Amino acid sequence: MTTPQPLLEIRNLEKRFELDRGFLETLKFRGGKFVQEKRAVHAVNNISLQVAPGEALCVVGESGCGKSTVARLIAGLLSPSAGEIHYDGQRIDNRSRRTLMPLRKKMQMIFQNPYASLNPRMTIQQALEEPVRYHNPSLSRSELRDKVAEVMRAVGVDPSWSTRYPHEFSGGQRQRIAIARALTVDPEFIIADEPISALDVSIQAQVLNLMLEAKDQRGLTYLFITHDLSVVQHFGTKVAVLYLGSVCELSDTATLFENPKHPYTRALLSAVPQLKDDHPNHIRLRGEIPTPINMPKGCPFESRCAHANSRCSAEQPRPIQQPDGSLVACHAVEEERLDG
Amino acid sequence: MSLLSVRDLSVKFAMRDNTVTALNQISFDLAKGERLGIVGESGAGKSITGFALMNLLSRPGFIDSGKIMFLGDDIVQMPEAKMRNIRGNKMAMIFQDPMVTLNPVLTIGQQMVETLMAHRKLSKAEAEQIAIVKLREVYIPSPEDRLEQYPHELSGGMRQRIVIAIALLLDPQLIIADEPTTALDVTIQADIMELLLELCQSNKVGLILITHDLGVVSQMTERTLVMYAGRIIEAGRTREIINDPQHPYTQGLINALPQQTKPGQRLKQIPGSMPSLTAIPKGCPFSPRCEFVKDRCHTEAPETVQYANVEVACHEVNRLHTDKAEEIKA
Repeated sequence: MTTPQPLLEIRNLEKRFELDRGFLETLKFRGGKFVQEKRAVHAVNNISLQVAPGEALCVVGESGCGKSTVARLIAGLLSPSAGEIHYDGQRIDNRSRRTLMPLRKKMQMIFQNPYASLNPRMTIQQALEEPVRYHNPSLSRSELRDKVAEVMRAVGVDPSWSTRYPHEFSGGQRQRIAIARALTVDPEFIIADEPISALDVSIQAQVLNLMLEAKDQRGLTYLFITHDLSVVQHFGTKVAVLYLGSVCELSDTATLFENPKHPYTRALLSAVPQLKDDHPNHIRLRGEIPTPINMPKGCPFESRCAHANSRCSAEQPRPIQQPDGSLVACHAVEEERLDG
Repeated sequence: MSLLSVRDLSVKFAMRDNTVTALNQISFDLAKGERLGIVGESGAGKSITGFALMNLLSRPGFIDSGKIMFLGDDIVQMPEAKMRNIRGNKMAMIFQDPMVTLNPVLTIGQQMVETLMAHRKLSKAEAEQIAIVKLREVYIPSPEDRLEQYPHELSGGMRQRIVIAIALLLDPQLIIADEPTTALDVTIQADIMELLLELCQSNKVGLILITHDLGVVSQMTERTLVMYAGRIIEAGRTREIINDPQHPYTQGLINALPQQTKPGQRLKQIPGSMPSLTAIPKGCPFSPRCEFVKDRCHTEAPETVQYANVEVACHEVNRLHTDKAEEIKA
């Protein structure tokens, strides 16, 4: 059996943000003397993921779990502290800006806030033209215009509006334009960081439909960051659940929603307010996400988990392959201490 | 007697050369201890409704006409001194972002004691005792220590609990919660909602929950108002509205949710977007986006009618149903 080569592969990715930068900041007064100590936010800890061509991998988790950091590391907006990122068989995390250029054409990013991602002083034409011109310097003016008009039509924005400025558009239209901007260079891989969270419900559906259309028509591969599980169920082919910078469950979407295994995934799924369920039966989690500054030694979820024991607080669980193909990092699942 | 009774309330905003209507003649009632949801998208007038009920509208916004009867008195006509006695005391508000609600330079204790002493003749020690009891009610661990802490020392979920504790300090009869969990994570949201529900039920407090999340409304409230462009377009029991919505907009809103469509299929979207208050379409405000639109929808604003257990403002409610019946026959 041959497995298709993943389009994107990340191996043991880590990212730490130093809190104390200068020498003086690292000095701490403790026990009557100065000691040198560096604190760091452990945003991403040892994450390995693969995305096959045509897939839509959704990364879910609560605020502070490192999902946006993962997106930014892959897009090359941040450089990893450790680990490797491979795209189409080539390592990309250690490249210079110049050698990354051809890759940026293949890999585009869509951000959460369409108000912040479009330059307010550029017309839509200028904003959409810029990436095309940058990556294809040989195109003539009329070719550029045609390209922009084509992409605008594709996202359902009238090309005759191209001389307008972003403030003349509604939030939903702006997000379409931001998507258009990503599509102008004909990318093969899109990283979308909470692309619909800032939008109203009826507009969310419009934008989600647009992204699904683009996926089918252009054969795009997605890495989709979100906190909204109903969107994951709809959009994703695979899901990675992140908690405090670690993957706790990685699975096919259908498998995850039918049979969630990790206690955190179960709690997360049960917390989503259901439309037609009269008696919510949600698993209450104790406390809140600990800060990623003082990372616990054992399982990151140990402090809120109802199934934790002494092994959980001492030893970090490794992701283990389950019979249905999902990867779960939990001692309780491994020891079959959980029911069902 | 109902706790709150709003009649033909209109709120306007004075612009440079004209006024825009933010709330257009809305009417609803709230019984003692009842939980009411107000849903809609941004710009629908949900938050304005909350502010108007507290008589907190500030210029250029003003109440143009209508009545807000609360415990037998009309809030619209009430002098500010008397209103101050109601606000925080009989009626309290919880906002979206607890970091904005809480004063960053005062300790939790100072803020709670201040509220108590403003309304009741209490010594500081007595006020602190009440504060501790209330913090315990919202499951804040070691409440005595929290009184000494500042808001920034606490997590988002903990802060919102404290905001709820402050809202409950004077045992109000009505709590208006404006998107109380939108800034929080799902697991924390579930926690806060459960807490709010429990407190409202055990203390018989009326709740007006303003939110854009139909799932939250479905789990928290008994009755629901759906707002669009400053009007109530559908009102009724929450179950009925979720299970059998009558207005095309409510139907669209529910059908647009990803869980209503098979994974990977196209979502049923509502075309267009909410009109701006300066350019509300003539006739039915939803007409430009509506798939059932008829000529008179563009000229004549629909009256609210009783239909299939809900009140709905739509010219075409009957047609929607005859269509459905025909579909079933065919």
